[in-house]
Amino acid sequence: MTEGQGEPMLSDRELFEQIVDILGPLANVGSKITADTDLVADLSLDSLKIMEFLLEIEDRFDISVPINVLSDIRTVRDVIFQLQRLLAEAD
Amino acid sequence: MGIFDKFQKLAETRKALEKNSSEFFNVVIEKVVSPTDVIINGRSVLLAGGNNYLGLTFNPECIRAASEAIRIAGTGTTGSRVANGTYSGHVALEQELSEFFGRRHTIIFSTGYIACMAMVATLAGRGDVILLDADCHASIYDGCRMGEADVIRFRHNDVQDLEKRLHRLEKRQTNVLIVVEGIYSMMGDRAPLADIAALKRRYGAYLLIDEAHSLGVLGNTGRGLAEEAGVDDSVDFIVGTFSKSLGSTGGFCTSNHPEFDLVRYASRAYIFTASSSPSIIASTRMALKILRSQPELKHRLWNHANLLYQRLKDLGLSLGPTPSPIIAICCKDPWKTAEIWKGLLDLGIYVNMVLPPATPDGRALLRCSLSASHTREQVEKIGDAFASLKAKHPNDW
Repeated sequence: MTEGQGEPMLSDRELFEQIVDILGPLANVGSKITADTDLVADLSLDSLKIMEFLLEIEDRFDISVPINVLSDIRTVRDVIFQLQRLLAEAD
Repeated sequence: MGIFDKFQKLAETRKALEKNSSEFFNVVIEKVVSPTDVIINGRSVLLAGGNNYLGLTFNPECIRAASEAIRIAGTGTTGSRVANGTYSGHVALEQELSEFFGRRHTIIFSTGYIACMAMVATLAGRGDVILLDADCHASIYDGCRMGEADVIRFRHNDVQDLEKRLHRLEKRQTNVLIVVEGIYSMMGDRAPLADIAALKRRYGAYLLIDEAHSLGVLGNTGRGLAEEAGVDDSVDFIVGTFSKSLGSTGGFCTSNHPEFDLVRYASRAYIFTASSSPSIIASTRMALKILRSQPELKHRLWNHANLLYQRLKDLGLSLGPTPSPIIAICCKDPWKTAEIWKGLLDLGIYVNMVLPPATPDGRALLRCSLSASHTREQVEKIGDAFASLKAKHPNDW
């Protein structure tokens, strides 16, 4: 776990669990979500649901997530990477 | 992999929809009889999805002005506003819009879509932030994609959600442009503008409103939601279109900011587009005069809107939250919606069918829009058609 100036940074595992928790009701699928799960191909999230996903992430982590990051996000692992970057910037 | 392979899902959806309603992809208006009546497939159809709010497309004075302009100045300008495409009519229309809105500067664009896209893409640059309502029009989203600003959405018409996001952005100490619409094009609801303007002032942000569907429809003099909400002074940029209440094509942005005119030299969508043809400018100028001098058109439109909204509500249909010249009827699934849309067309009524993902919350919608040119009997006829379809499809709404 990386220490920032304020709250301690969340670990990859903690971020993953929180993301899965947010994705659950949006994806509405029984299949197991892993870091390699593709948001569109595996979870069938359409553009509206992906936008809703970002809003939920913003509120869960109390950060700003520009929709510009979407071009760099395909899998859950990509989400974790972008989230770590944004949390570090916000710290 | 072929270049069109990525459209396979679209092709499948289209094929499935064609089973329920093949006409949807083949609506060709063979003859325009009046602002509200057309011929489709040889049959007379009443338009209840036309955005022709004041019914000015056949106004004799607008037609006369357009015809005269063609005779004097030709069919097109063949050039950009920054080259050979600025005629005296373009400048006059900009001055008349500035005077109407009580603002120093106006820039006109060749379409409303370009106006929205250009303003959003140009105003907010690298390091700036655009905070837009989630239900904003595609032209605003496309402007966001073209620009270099960070783009953050807030939940539709949710003032607390907007404040939460403004609060988070405070420490970035950057320019924040809030973007909302006067009347939202799908559900017909309006932004809580007085509250949004208060937040804009509190957080030192800029506010842009797209009055495409509210120009000529809201406010004492028809200026739109900013006028109705009494917050003209807090709105930095008003964008609008000529293709609805003004019955032509084109768009504009008006502002009091002294540097606003610089947008002309910074906006690629302004610089690299041919300017509107003289006839369009002439009919728009006349339509603006009529909008200002004939408030009875707006009153007539609202009488129709209230009547139809109440009739559809009495049928138990699921509607947009408030009466408006745009009335959205929510349906359960796209396939049944297509059947109902076809049923309405068979009864001689054309409405818009809007399917996900172009709709808020992924709902399938039938969208009516009313016109001052409708007669009361025509509005009743639209209501009768929905009653008939409700009886035929009792559980599909």
